[in-house]
Amino acid sequence: MEPIIELRGVRKSFGAEEVLRSLDLSISKDAVSVIIGRSGSGKSVLIKHIIGLIRPDQGQVLIEGQDIARLDERSMASIRRKFGMLFQGSALFDSMTVEDNVAFPLHEHTRKPRREIRDIVSAKLAAVGLKDMEHKMPAELSGGMRKRVGLARALALDPKIVLFDEPTSGLDPIMAATINELIVRTQAEFGATCVVISHDILAAMSTGHRLFMLYEGRIIAEGTPEEIQEWDDPVVQQFIHGRTQGPISIA
Amino acid sequence: MLLLLEAIFWLVRPPWRWRLFFKQMEFIGVNSLFVVALTALFTGMVLTLQTYYAFRMFAAETLVGVTVALSMARELGPVITALMVTGRAGSAMAAEIGTMRITEQVDALTVMAINPVQYLVLPRIVAGVLMLPMLTALSVFIGVVGGYLVGVNLLGIHGGLFMNNIYEYVDFNDIYHGLFKAACFGLILALVGCYKGFYTRGGAESVGRATTQSMVLSSVLILTSNYVLTALMM
Ligand SMILES: Nc1ncnc2c1ncn2[C@@H]1O[C@H](COP(=O)(O)OP(=O)(O)O)[C@@H](O)[C@H]1O
Ligand SMILES: [Mg+2]
Repeated sequence: MEPIIELRGVRKSFGAEEVLRSLDLSISKDAVSVIIGRSGSGKSVLIKHIIGLIRPDQGQVLIEGQDIARLDERSMASIRRKFGMLFQGSALFDSMTVEDNVAFPLHEHTRKPRREIRDIVSAKLAAVGLKDMEHKMPAELSGGMRKRVGLARALALDPKIVLFDEPTSGLDPIMAATINELIVRTQAEFGATCVVISHDILAAMSTGHRLFMLYEGRIIAEGTPEEIQEWDDPVVQQFIHGRTQGPISIA
Repeated sequence: MLLLLEAIFWLVRPPWRWRLFFKQMEFIGVNSLFVVALTALFTGMVLTLQTYYAFRMFAAETLVGVTVALSMARELGPVITALMVTGRAGSAMAAEIGTMRITEQVDALTVMAINPVQYLVLPRIVAGVLMLPMLTALSVFIGVVGGYLVGVNLLGIHGGLFMNNIYEYVDFNDIYHGLFKAACFGLILALVGCYKGFYTRGGAESVGRATTQSMVLSSVLILTSNYVLTALMM
């Protein structure tokens, strides 16, 4: 199947630090793909390449076959309309209510009347399990609620692709499971392609249709959860079993 | 500087978000009224005392009013207003945009296909350029009122002469000079505040640093450019 997102030979350095070293990655449509890797391994840098927040030093980033690596900002804006993104810290606008946060992309990018927007907002909030929260401010919400509002906002324009940066980090296990369930449901119900970044191997195994492991700036393993479980590489084995002994040096 | 060019570029492109402009004008203008009025009042008052003290030696007390009015209109009004607004609004811009930067809210705007310079920076710069002259006009007026109170009511200068000399010797050019400088200072403080916020990197302490730096940098720029502008417009 034609991949919806494809990275070819992507290199990125910050100063002397090489974060991505000729990385190849191909993500297929209509599935939940999870990219795992240690903290600081460049997962956020990778996901920001996919949405054009960071441009590669070298290589191509193809979204539905179109190379966005050197696209100008105007054309980039129209590519971004295909995406929704849930940020690591939710990135809700603190100066706006929950309702205004979710309505924001609708006001900016559609000409729908207010009433209709309000209905869409309540529907999206209900879909992530939040009711009667419209008038709260982000500061009044718990971490899990903020993530769910962030997800509702990401889904507001019914994007084709939804990106999740560490959706469960910093949450209690029950809330983390709730968010993981929402990711699976987002894919199943909205038919969106989901790309999740995580260092939580158990969550990755249970939510991902396809797993990728990022290590030293490259994808070193790729497959179904079962294939990754059996992957014959000491680095992968050390990571998925969380061992302190092995080839990964603990810096 | 690049940020300024980008902001100007977005100035001529839709969509214009009127609500954001008005919100920033309110934030910079209305919310600074009180501090600006208060500092202008006391500046006008102390200036009168000081000028009176010097002019008495030449028996030129009736020229105190015009000296105070000219100083307020050309120099002190714009500078004091700009410094107060820098402290109140310029540093708040750095803190606000800096926080948005480190909590990925700026990235969130970009991802939602909204240009953050257009959305965040442009309204603040426009509001700064428009509101500073208005606040300065107010501050000059209040400064002269303060001068009148001290000079006429306290030091016993003849009230009619105090005002007459002001009408005689202060002309539209002096006012224009001050207001033009105020607009430049508005540009400086908004641009510096936005710039420091926009390029914040790191954690919470970097927001604090950006705030302080914006305050220091824009104060220095206001005071130095004041000299340059005065010299150029002489
Ligand atoms: N904008 C940036 N400027 C400089 N260095 C960066 C930037 N973004 C990320 N890095 C560096 O890249 C490395 C990977 O970061 P990141 O992708 O955030 O890791 P993670 O896998 O935990 O998400 C880190 O060492 C970080 O310091
Ligand atoms: Mg990260």
